[in-house]
Amino acid sequence: MKTFTYERATSPAAAASAAADRPGARFIAGGTNLLDLMKLQIETPAHLIDVNRLGLDRIEPTDEGGLRIGALVRNSDLAGDKRVRSDYAVLSRALLAGASGQLRNKATTAGNLLQRTRCPYFYDTTKPCNKRKPGSGCAAIKGFSRNLAIMGTSDACIATHPSDMAVAMRLLDAQVDTVSPDGTKRIIPIADFHRLPGETPHLESALAPGELIVSVTLPKPLGGTHVYRKVRDRASYAFALVSVAAVFGKNGEARFAFGGLAPKPWRVDAADAAAKNGAGAVAEAALAGASVTRHNAFKKDLTARTLASVYAQEARP
Amino acid sequence: MTTEDFNRVSRRTILGASAAICAAPAATAAVPASAAKKPGAQGLLPVTLKVNGKHLHLDLDPRTTLLDALREHLRLTGTKKGCDHGQCGACTVIVEGRRINSCLTLAVMHDGESVTTIEGLGTPEKLHPMQKAFVVHDGYQCGYCTPGQICSAVAMLDEIAAGLPSHVTADLDKVRFSDAEVRERMSGNICRCAAYSNIVAAIRDVAEQDA
Repeated sequence: MKTFTYERATSPAAAASAAADRPGARFIAGGTNLLDLMKLQIETPAHLIDVNRLGLDRIEPTDEGGLRIGALVRNSDLAGDKRVRSDYAVLSRALLAGASGQLRNKATTAGNLLQRTRCPYFYDTTKPCNKRKPGSGCAAIKGFSRNLAIMGTSDACIATHPSDMAVAMRLLDAQVDTVSPDGTKRIIPIADFHRLPGETPHLESALAPGELIVSVTLPKPLGGTHVYRKVRDRASYAFALVSVAAVFGKNGEARFAFGGLAPKPWRVDAADAAAKNGAGAVAEAALAGASVTRHNAFKKDLTARTLASVYAQEARP
Repeated sequence: MTTEDFNRVSRRTILGASAAICAAPAATAAVPASAAKKPGAQGLLPVTLKVNGKHLHLDLDPRTTLLDALREHLRLTGTKKGCDHGQCGACTVIVEGRRINSCLTLAVMHDGESVTTIEGLGTPEKLHPMQKAFVVHDGYQCGYCTPGQICSAVAMLDEIAAGLPSHVTADLDKVRFSDAEVRERMSGNICRCAAYSNIVAAIRDVAEQDA
């Protein structure tokens, strides 16, 4: 690990301000992703701002009938919260499908949204990667791309966003609440939070330098039947090849979001509109414009089959 | 080194020596600051940890993980370094009652918090029920992952008792012990010797004792 200086922030605004004042500063919360990358010198912050003791660890009801989830709420606490279990079960299910018990005890709500990709070429510092080193090229496109993206990709990057939680957040139309170094607060809809790679895959979110996530807000519960189906190489403790988050409402209406397919949680209006026509139609709508490699072309079939499994699970009494 | 010398330095003697270090009272005393790593730009940071019931003060490079603080500075070598990237679970310890990967967190982030390691669960004379069960059920071969498995299992049973669901829980509000729950919840602890079936048996034994 490269050397860095360390401070413990005293308030969200002070943390954002400190980040703006120090070039190369990063916030640290759970640390489960950042420290991993720092050990590999993929992340080399000069200064760490510890935000763990800012009191952003509560889950509170909003006036609109939703839930405000503090940025520091740990994944295990969010998954186990009684209101989340009963009203946003797809979120509990997505969280529990990710990582291990130890990691979920440490990983935070905000940190999970900001996870870096698990693309093997991002991790391999001997290979070019436009995300790790802008302009160096992409070794993944012609490399071993079995786990990588088929939607929303560019000629510069085909990495996926690895989070399960973010897929459920996208399905539920969560909002990301932030504070900027000048004290300004803003609300970013989750749909606009993650960026597609385009020519700048190293820019992954809508956050400005120093901007700190303080909470993630869920709108009032949707009701319906919640399903999260994750397909992976092992039964547990592996990233998704494909995952589907779904909420089924009345009269055959449903909404869908997908993990493992794209550089951000993938959601397409046309897929939701096709709900009444079944899994095949939803898959076709969701995957319109897919760009596959010979290694990851199977993800199209796998998406359709996973959707079929989701429909079957919904139909079960 | 001759073959004879090599044979003399067996795995058992090394294990015996490290076990003796673990058991020695000096094991819980902080190593002098002079033995610490070379300071970073900001120098050493004071950190107080309550480890296995004892308040200990350390001056640490901010880069020091909780795992390295325990092993290299406090000489509590029961906690193992496997992958050092949160993938294997060998470094699992219990912090403020919750199991975490000690390799993926900085010691300075835990200033003032309480940490339980394998040395704090039981002693060779008075084993923790989970340690005893691992011995009875032969829940290991090489033993390297075992301290992490045991710390993880102890905290995992508390999670089930608290009614926290897992990926395999059919009804999120009805959490019950089962072998399938154990396999899912222990998936963050890898055993390269594949003693898994005996590990599950050991954990089931303890869960039935508690019931």
